[in-house]
Amino acid sequence: MKVAYWPGCVSRGFTPELHGSMAKVAPLLDIELVELDRGACCGAGVIAEHNQELADTLNARTFALAQQVDGAELMMNICSTCQGAQSECQERLDANAEYRSQVNSNLEGEGLSYEKGLTNKNFLWLLVEEIGLERLRGLVKRPLTNLKVGPFYGCYIVRPRNRLGIDEQHPRDQYLEMLIDALGGTVIKYAGMRKCCGFPIITMNKNASLRQAGRHLGDAADADADCLVTPCPLCHLNLDLQQPLAERAVGRELRMPVLHLPQLVGLALGLEPQELGMSRHVVRPSSVIDWSAAVVAAAA
Amino acid sequence: MAEIRERPPEPFTLRLRRYDPASGEAPYWDEHTVELEPHRSVLEAILQARDRFDGSIGIRCSCRQAICGSCGVRINGEPALACHTHLDAAKDSARGGVIEVEPMGNMPVLKDLIVDMDAVHWKKIRRVTPWLLPKEPVPEREYLVPREAMVDVTQTMACIQCGACVSDCLSMEVDPGFIGPAALAKSYRFVGDPRDDQHRERLNDLAQDPQGIFDCTHCFKCVEACPKDVNPMGQIMRQRRIATGDFHIKDPNNGKRHEAAFTTLVRDNGLLWEAELLPRSYGGNSWWGKFAPAAGKELLNSLPAIIRALLRRKVTPAAALKPHRIPPTDRKNVRAIYDKVEGREQRLELNLYIVGEDEAPPPPAVTADAGAAPAAAASGTATATVDAPSAADTATAPEETAAPQPSAAPQPSAAPEPSAAPEPSAAPEPSAGPEPSGDSEAGESR
Repeated sequence: MKVAYWPGCVSRGFTPELHGSMAKVAPLLDIELVELDRGACCGAGVIAEHNQELADTLNARTFALAQQVDGAELMMNICSTCQGAQSECQERLDANAEYRSQVNSNLEGEGLSYEKGLTNKNFLWLLVEEIGLERLRGLVKRPLTNLKVGPFYGCYIVRPRNRLGIDEQHPRDQYLEMLIDALGGTVIKYAGMRKCCGFPIITMNKNASLRQAGRHLGDAADADADCLVTPCPLCHLNLDLQQPLAERAVGRELRMPVLHLPQLVGLALGLEPQELGMSRHVVRPSSVIDWSAAVVAAAA
Repeated sequence: MAEIRERPPEPFTLRLRRYDPASGEAPYWDEHTVELEPHRSVLEAILQARDRFDGSIGIRCSCRQAICGSCGVRINGEPALACHTHLDAAKDSARGGVIEVEPMGNMPVLKDLIVDMDAVHWKKIRRVTPWLLPKEPVPEREYLVPREAMVDVTQTMACIQCGACVSDCLSMEVDPGFIGPAALAKSYRFVGDPRDDQHRERLNDLAQDPQGIFDCTHCFKCVEACPKDVNPMGQIMRQRRIATGDFHIKDPNNGKRHEAAFTTLVRDNGLLWEAELLPRSYGGNSWWGKFAPAAGKELLNSLPAIIRALLRRKVTPAAALKPHRIPPTDRKNVRAIYDKVEGREQRLELNLYIVGEDEAPPPPAVTADAGAAPAAAASGTATATVDAPSAADTATAPEETAAPQPSAAPQPSAAPEPSAAPEPSAAPEPSAGPEPSGDSEAGESR
């Protein structure tokens, strides 16, 4: 399937391994990525906090660019925060024709216009709803047997439920568990799996921010997880990049590797940890690398 | 309705969290099975268990119809009013069919399901000066305010002080001193009120406080927890916007600097430049910000993470020094958008609570929550509006000329303008204000 692909900012900045692993995984899933390289930052809620119309216009522009991609079935993102921020803007744009046309008038100079009703799905949603877990199971080359994986969603992709279309038919707040299971791994549930990583207040209350990250990482460690997996690169920054500081904040050793969603999928599809960029994490995913080495050795 | 009444009683098993701090014993779980019709509430089940099996079960309740806010608890891990949760729905979301009821979080337990609201919730509410501070001298006659401004603040007035948002606040979980969602929503009730004369002072107070408006971690937990659609997080974000955008309030918590740095970097590059964002948030919103002492201190503090990121080649010096950008033509177009939007005299905002949706919304995602959305639609108007604080500003202008007439903000006045006495306790509900949603179910079950 062909998708208008929105990678977001952080996947091209401080988590390049996310963007890279998505590019590696896509062909294995028969996804054609048409990158929206002209789109601007979603604003991560901060621009909306500054000026709502500005955030709505920047995202309407990205949506309009996505709607111009020939043959794309939908827009796909790889960032929980982008999903949440864009869904919020889209909710306003879709709710009111007059407001939408006002926002579109800001795009007239470029000949762009957003038409109501874009489908914008995070890679996680796309995996479950478009590709399907059954088909995915069939594509697995290296089942994640005995790998204990804790999900970490990120707030923006689980709340608020109404805006994100979470309901009984679409239990999107449980997709990570379903996915880990489909890939053959063991799901580790722990208290913080749907809580906040703390990243949004890292510059405003650093200690509280790091305590949030440290607490969830510690809970996952106590639940005996080998690693976490997250669809959010901003969570990844607080959980992985800042983990040495989070350890200081909560006063305990954590050493919890955190994988990006495409990395976990890629591992199960037979790619090597190295080519998925796992060597670039601050917390080396030794448990995952050891696990994959053991699987390869057992097969040989 | 008739169909619901015909459903016969069936057994429901409750698993109650019990704890009596005075006993010196540890908390424990207690199970009771009661028989009730499925449309009855969890509160009724708890009361039946107390009446029939154990008179010592502690639960606080009063109105039993989702108005008094006394019976806030956690049901199957989620915050809820016990009187406003049907047994069949609770059983559906329960693990193994056993309905788990716990006291709310972030507040000390007094006994079983009763938490100390005074020690946390009410203390924080008092922190935000929760009464109107009108301009002196108070006019002899009533104030007249634009309808939209009053409809806007009814969203926060709908709060029933149940503490559900406080219970689940994730900032408060790690930082108990955070003023928190309920109190900050209450604060907007006055910041958004055109009759209040202390908007700047209120916001300045909350911006300077390290545990004020900039301590919210934007997790949406309070938005989900609230049984009355108060949207506390949304009210906090609006107060940030008014504090930084309208009053240009500077704060020691990097709140304004972070917002300015973020917005400017996206304006300049189209995308975020993380390596530049952090130092600018501490040191000031310019290329020189990173050389400010505050930025240097932060850099030193973060060295353990920075060194490992460089060693692992997660971040290369080249990537840190050079922003990733969108193509030049697109950057120019993005800047043009900034110029146009930020050049407006008044920010354009769409408040869905006030105007509702003008087109058929998609089918509601969750039937249980469906009652929450239409509350907004009830208010009628279909035009994009400026937000209430802006409307509030226009409304305060005529007051300064001593004429309490809403002449600066003409609204089609199909409904009579709500008038309100300056006493907050006496403030009546505006006639066209949205009704608090979802009370009917509890009423029907009685």
